[in-house]
Amino acid sequence: MDSDTPVISAEHVWKLFGPNPEAYLSRMPEGRSFEEIRSDGYIAGVKDVSLEVAKGEMLVIMGLSGSGKSTLVRCFSRLHDITGGAIRIDGQDIMSLNATELIELRRSKMGMVFQSFGLLPHRTVLENVAFPLEMRGQDRHARRERALEMVRLVGLEGREDYFPRELSGGQQQRVGIARSLAIEPNIWFLDEPFSALDPLIRREMQDEFLRLQDMLGKTIVFITHDFDEALRLADRIAIMKDGAVEQVDTPDKIVLDPATEYVARFTEEVDKASVVHASVLATEGVAVDGEPVPGDATILSLARRLVEDTSDAIPVSLPDGSMGAMDRKAALAVLFGERE
Amino acid sequence: MSDPTSADAMMSGAEATSVGATRTRTIVLALFGVAILLAVLKPWIPSALVRLPEGAILPWADWLDAGFSWLQNDIGLIHVTRTISGWLGFLTDAAANVLYGKSRWPRLEALPWSVVAACSAVLGYWLGGWRLALLAGGTFVWTALMGQWRWAMETLSVIAVAVPFGFGIGLLLGMCAWKSRRFEEALRPVLLVLQTLPFYSYLLPAVIFFKVGPTAASVATIVYSMPPMILMTIVGLRKVPPDVVEAGRMAGCTRWQMLRHVFLPSARNEILVGLNQVIMLALAMVVLTAFIGMPGLGAKLLAMMNSFKLGRSFEIGVTIVLLAVTLDRLSKAWVVKQPEHFEKGTPWWQRHAFLLLGVATFMLFYLLSQYLPILDEVGRRQSLSRGSEIDTLIKGFLSIAWVKAITDFIRWFFNLWVLIPTELALLFLPTFTVILAMTGIGYLLGGWFPALIGFLFFSAVAQLGWWDRAMLTLHSTLTAVFLAMLFGMPLAIWAAQRERASRWMIFACDTAQTFPSFIYLLPAIMLFGITPITVILAILIYTMVPVVRYTVEGLRGVPREITEAADMAGATRWQKLWKVEFPLAMPTIAVGLNQAFIFAFFMVIIAAFIGTRDLGQEMQRTLAGTDLGKNFTLGFSVVFMALSLDIAINSWARKRREILGQ
Repeated sequence: MDSDTPVISAEHVWKLFGPNPEAYLSRMPEGRSFEEIRSDGYIAGVKDVSLEVAKGEMLVIMGLSGSGKSTLVRCFSRLHDITGGAIRIDGQDIMSLNATELIELRRSKMGMVFQSFGLLPHRTVLENVAFPLEMRGQDRHARRERALEMVRLVGLEGREDYFPRELSGGQQQRVGIARSLAIEPNIWFLDEPFSALDPLIRREMQDEFLRLQDMLGKTIVFITHDFDEALRLADRIAIMKDGAVEQVDTPDKIVLDPATEYVARFTEEVDKASVVHASVLATEGVAVDGEPVPGDATILSLARRLVEDTSDAIPVSLPDGSMGAMDRKAALAVLFGERE
Repeated sequence: MSDPTSADAMMSGAEATSVGATRTRTIVLALFGVAILLAVLKPWIPSALVRLPEGAILPWADWLDAGFSWLQNDIGLIHVTRTISGWLGFLTDAAANVLYGKSRWPRLEALPWSVVAACSAVLGYWLGGWRLALLAGGTFVWTALMGQWRWAMETLSVIAVAVPFGFGIGLLLGMCAWKSRRFEEALRPVLLVLQTLPFYSYLLPAVIFFKVGPTAASVATIVYSMPPMILMTIVGLRKVPPDVVEAGRMAGCTRWQMLRHVFLPSARNEILVGLNQVIMLALAMVVLTAFIGMPGLGAKLLAMMNSFKLGRSFEIGVTIVLLAVTLDRLSKAWVVKQPEHFEKGTPWWQRHAFLLLGVATFMLFYLLSQYLPILDEVGRRQSLSRGSEIDTLIKGFLSIAWVKAITDFIRWFFNLWVLIPTELALLFLPTFTVILAMTGIGYLLGGWFPALIGFLFFSAVAQLGWWDRAMLTLHSTLTAVFLAMLFGMPLAIWAAQRERASRWMIFACDTAQTFPSFIYLLPAIMLFGITPITVILAILIYTMVPVVRYTVEGLRGVPREITEAADMAGATRWQKLWKVEFPLAMPTIAVGLNQAFIFAFFMVIIAAFIGTRDLGQEMQRTLAGTDLGKNFTLGFSVVFMALSLDIAINSWARKRREILGQ
C-alpha cells in the first residue's frame, strides 16, 4: 500500500432496507429518488455515496436524524453489509472478507465510540477498556497495562474500579473513548459521541477530543447532527440528506459556497467570520505590501486589521510558504455576514 | 378541508369502520341467536346437536395410549428416561443426604438446622440488609421449632435439584429461540399449552416415565417451572441495547464471545427474574407432587387436610408461605443487587467480608450444634407445635352459634341460589349452544381468529368425550371468577383512589401471588369444611389476587396529565372513574382477568381431592393407574377451554392497546 491510497474509500455505496434488496437494486431504474424508492417498499439508508478519507484526516458526516449518517459509518465498519458498490479499507474490499478476517480487521485497525456509550454494565471501567484486548486474547498483564494507560489518557485515573452506572455521562463517554483507543486503531469511528451529553460537558469533551487528535493523529470519521460541532472539528464535512451526500468539502468552502439549497439552510445561521480562514479568501501569487497575516487565521480574528487597514488587498502568508493577497472588501463582507 | 378527494377518503374511511361495526354486530347476533334458538328448541332438535353421540366420539384415549406405548417401548424412550431417572435420583438423593441425612452418597450427616438458618440469615443480610436476614433466618428457625424440619428439607431437596435444571434448560431453550425465529415460532404454542396444562397432566407422565417419588417429582417440577425462564431469557436477550451489541462486534468478538461476554451479562436482570420465577413455580409444583407420593411439606399438608386436622395444617401452611416469601425475596433482592466497587487499598478480607462471615457462621453453628443437640435437631417432644390447641380454637370458633349461623347461611344461599341453578343451566345447554356462544364471544372480543379458535377448541372438548364434566369445570371457573370480580373490583377501585392503599394492595397481592396455589385451599377448608362451596371459595380467593392487582395497577397507571385534564374539564369523581380511568385501564384489567381464568382452571383441578365431580376428579383417579391416554384427553379438555378464553381476552386487550396507542 502506498501512502496515496485513501484509508477509506467508498464507491457508489448503496444500503437498502427491505425484502431482498440486492435484487431490487439491480432492477431499479437509474436516478430513482428517495421517495420513489420508499414507495416501492424500500428505505434507502445510504444512497449512491462515493467519498474518500485520507490518512490522518478527520471527516465529519453531518446530517439530521434519519439522514443515513449512522448507517453509512456502520457500512464502513461492516456492522451493516452494503447492498451495492464497494468499500475499501487501506485498499482492501471489506465485503470480500470472511467472518474471521472481519473480526481480525476490527481487532487490529478499528475503534468505535457510540452515542449511548455501549458500555458493558457488569464490567468495571478498567475491564471495559480492556475488553477489546481481552477479546483478541492479549494476556492479563499486558492488557491491564495498556488499559491503565488509556484510562489515564482520558483522565479517569482513580476510577478504574468503578462500574459504569457509578459514573456521569461525560465520564462514561470517556470510558467509551478509552476503550475504542485501546487496540491502537488506525481508523477511529465516532457516532455522535457527545450528543447525549449536556452542552457544557459537550464543549469540554470536544476540547478533550481535539487534544487527543493532536496527539494521536488518527484517521477519523465523526458523526454529528450538530453543524457547529462539525465546523469546529472537521477537516472536511460531508452533509447528508435522505441517504445521499449533498456536499463534501472543507468547512470554509461549505460556508462560503453551499452546493445546494439544503446545505445553504444550515449555513444561514452560522457566523461565517469565525469559520472562514484568510487563506481561503487569498488569491495566490499576487504580491501586495504590508505586514502579512497568517493564512490559518479566521476572518473574525482579523477584524481589527480589516477595519483599520485602508488598502484594497491584504497580504496573506499561505500554509505552503508562498504569499497571496486577500481582497479586503470581500473579507469585510464575510465579517459582517453580507450576502454576495 | 380544501382538498375534496382527501375529504372523500376520510368519509369513506369512517363509513368503512361503521360498516365493520355493523357487520361484527350482525355476525355476533346471528351466532348468539342460533345458540339461544338451539337451547330453546332443545326437546325438538336432533339429539346429536344436544350431546355428541357416543358413536361420534373417537377413541382418543386408546390412540394416545397406543402412541405412548409405542414411544415408550418400541422407540425405547423408556430407556432414556430411566437413565435420566437414575441420574436425577442420584442427585436428589445427594441433596437429601446433605439436607436431612438420607443414607445415600455422600453419606454425610444432615446439616444441623441452626447452620442452615444462620447461613440463610447471612445470605439475606448480604442480599438485602437486616430485614431480609430476619426473614430468611426466622423462616428456618420457625420450621425447626415447629418440628417440621425433615418435611421442609424433603421439599427443599427436590427444589435444590429441580431449580438448576429448570434454569439451565430454560436458559438454553431461550437462547435457541432467540437465535432462531423458526424455533421460537415452534416453541410458543408449546409454552402456551404447558402454561395451561393442568398439573395432573404433568404428574402422570412423570410417574410413568420416571420412577415414583423424588425423581418423578423433580421431572414434573423442572418441566413446570421452565416456561417463564424461556420467555424471560428471550425478552432479556432482545432488550440488550444496540450500542452495546455493536460495541461488542467492533471489539472483534467471535460469536461465542458475544454471547458469553456481551449478551448474557447484559441480560442479567431478566435472566435473574426468570430464575425467581423458576424457584417460585418449583415450590408451587413440589408441594403438589404430594399427589404422586412425594414426601415433604405438601404431603403432610395434604394428609392433615384430609383428616381435617386444621391446627397442624395451619402450621404447615404458615411454613410453606414463609418459605415462599423467603425464596421470593431473596431471589428478587439478587436481581436488584448491583456490583459495587471497593476503594483502592481495601484489604482482601474486607472485599470478601460476607463470604468470610458466612464461613465463620457455618463453622460456629456447626461446632455449637455438636455440644448443644437442640441446635442440631429439634426432637418430637421439644417442638413448639400447638397443632391440637389451634385445632380446638378454630373448631371452637366455627361452632359458636352466630358464626355457625353465618357460615351455614352462606353455604345454603350459595348452594341453593347460585351454584346449583347455574350448574344445572350450563348442563342443560346443548353442546352446540355452548360452542356457538364461545365462537360469538371470541368474535366479539377479537375478531375471526379467536372466534375460530373458540369454535375449534370447544368442538374438540366435545369430541374428547368428557363434555358434562368439562361443563362442571367451566362452571366452577366462571362462577368463581365472576364472584372474584364482584368482590375484587370494588376493593380495587377503593384502593386505587388512595396512594397508600394502592401501594399496600399491590404489595399484598404480589406477596400472595408467591404462595403456592395449594395454600389457598386452607382457609376455604377451615371455614366450610369439605363441601362444594369450599372449592368455589378457594378459587375465589386465588383469582381475586390478579383481579385486584391488575385493576389497581391499571387505574393507577392512567397518566397524570389525563386525569388532571379530566379534573379541569369539571368531571366529578365518578365521571372521571367511568369516562376516563376505566376505559384507559381496561387493557391492563383484561390481563388480570385473563390470569384469573388461568388460575381458576388450575385451582379447580387441584380441588379435586375435596370431592368435585368435574374433569379434575377423573384426572386424579388416573394418577393411581397408568391411564396416560385418559389423563391427556382430560388434561387437554382443560387446555382447550383455558386457551380459547386466553386467546380471546388477550387479543381484545391487544386491540384496545393499539387503539389507545399504549
